[in-house]
Amino acid sequence: MNDYLLEISGLDKHFGGLPALSQVSFRAARGQVTALIGPNGAGKTTLINCLSGVIRPDAGEILFDGVNLAGLATHRLARLGISRTFQNLRLFPRLSVLDNVLCGLTTQAGDSLVEALLRLPGLRHRERRLKLQALEALDTFGLADKADLPAGALPYGDKKRVEMARAFVSQPVLTLLDEPVAGLNPEETAQIAGLIRQMRLSGKTMVLVEHDMELVMGVSDRVVVLDGGCRIAAGSPEEVRVNPLVLEAYLGRMSLTA
Amino acid sequence: MGIWQKSKLFANRHRTGLAVSVLAALLLVTPLVVSNPYNLGILNLIGLYVIVVLGLNLFIGYAGQISLGHAAFFGLGAYGSAVLTATYGFPAWPAMALTAAGLALVALALGVPTLRLSGHYLAMATLGFNYVVHSVFVQWDQVTGGPSGLSGIPPLSLFGLAFDTDTKFHYLVWTAALLALTLCLNLVRSGVGRGLAALAQDEVAAATMGVNVRRAKVQVFVLSAVCASVAGSLYAHYFGYVNPHAFSIFKSLDLVIMVVVGGMGSIWGTLFGVGLITILPHLLDFFETYMDIIHGVILVVILLFLPQGFITGLVDLVKTRLARRRLAAAAATGATSG
Repeated sequence: MNDYLLEISGLDKHFGGLPALSQVSFRAARGQVTALIGPNGAGKTTLINCLSGVIRPDAGEILFDGVNLAGLATHRLARLGISRTFQNLRLFPRLSVLDNVLCGLTTQAGDSLVEALLRLPGLRHRERRLKLQALEALDTFGLADKADLPAGALPYGDKKRVEMARAFVSQPVLTLLDEPVAGLNPEETAQIAGLIRQMRLSGKTMVLVEHDMELVMGVSDRVVVLDGGCRIAAGSPEEVRVNPLVLEAYLGRMSLTA
Repeated sequence: MGIWQKSKLFANRHRTGLAVSVLAALLLVTPLVVSNPYNLGILNLIGLYVIVVLGLNLFIGYAGQISLGHAAFFGLGAYGSAVLTATYGFPAWPAMALTAAGLALVALALGVPTLRLSGHYLAMATLGFNYVVHSVFVQWDQVTGGPSGLSGIPPLSLFGLAFDTDTKFHYLVWTAALLALTLCLNLVRSGVGRGLAALAQDEVAAATMGVNVRRAKVQVFVLSAVCASVAGSLYAHYFGYVNPHAFSIFKSLDLVIMVVVGGMGSIWGTLFGVGLITILPHLLDFFETYMDIIHGVILVVILLFLPQGFITGLVDLVKTRLARRRLAAAAATGATSG
């Protein structure tokens, strides 16, 4: 088995004439947290969207366990074991918290319309098992007492955790976290950081996009820095923190020379 | 555990099954209470439309799509059975099955290209389909009998028992309606149903969960066409004649209004929506001329204030209120204890 779960090479994506990603390459090791950082507009979310099949890259290769993902339909990536959260929450607001998390188990719920219409015994047993699995995830993410509430009624911090529970409930092979602490207060941020560490300890592979440097430095094994759609640096959090190119991208040339 | 608690637990676990059973029991005795054939006829009509609207509600409320052409499937079901039995002397049940299978294929052929469209485009495409089908009913004299329609359609019969009176048909149509209701309730309580509810609220998120969005939409479209076709066949055998008027685009609009009154995605609400919209013109006799206006006003008012439809909108409102209250209470106790 290859040490790297994800190997991305030469990824290109243009929107109109604007390059959002150009020749981006990086690897994410199994069981580790790989962070993608960079100033606004660096292409982080575009990259995550390519990795989860929401948009198609123009060129390049995304090898996931040796399978090239570029060009596969979105739902196929979920079946390969890739899950994600969204920068701007994308819960199903009218479904209950429990049902939202159960949606994260879609690939295990079966997709036969006939079986569903007839509610065959096999489906009933499966539904019972999935419900237990979902309740367990709600417990892990501190939402057990809110299972039956409509997701849309929850406060923002809870919604963020519902998305994480939904992304992790299926025991995914790879989870993409798009700004999991954006808009959260320090207390909630610490809670999410704890959950990411907990998932890391249980062996999950994650790619994390985040602006909160404290979180990135605290939970990541490796950091990849993007700027203007290009990869400008990669390394351990300590290495990246002192890399002059990174400082320049974040602070501008002036502050370096000043 | 006392017998009371045990039965409470049982009731909770089998809530849906019990509700369907209670409804079935009520409908079993209705003909004894409602002896007036006119009223029983209205109830039969409600049963027919319930079958159509359940399917349409899955498509609108669960798959999150819009169809302004379901009266066409209803009409094709009716004409299919009518032509096969009255003109060609087919036995009625195989004719019904054949028509439904044929319409499933038509829906598949129509759904695969049009369900790439969404919003206004899909509405226009289905509206156009209904318009074309309606024109064929009116113009293709040799087969459809033109504007005056086809008559001489025999009633359905089972083991020598013909469903040729309002009372007998009552049992037939409501058996079919309850069957459709049960299948729909099963569907929405499954993973497939959750996937549909998810894609109606956020297609991108649903796809990242593993929902094959396009396939799911086409499946539900085909299912809703089959529902409409079966209801159409029952309609033809019940009335014994069909004419194009009952399957115009205005009928499609009525069907959408029934969905909206019942509430998007509300299976039980469908019974209410169909019931109200079917009974309304009979209750308000002097309003009958203005029925289209009244329907229009109902539609606009509901969509303005409760975009999820009447019943669903109210239920959501109450649920959100209760949830907010519970969260506030939890926060308050958390603040005092912590």
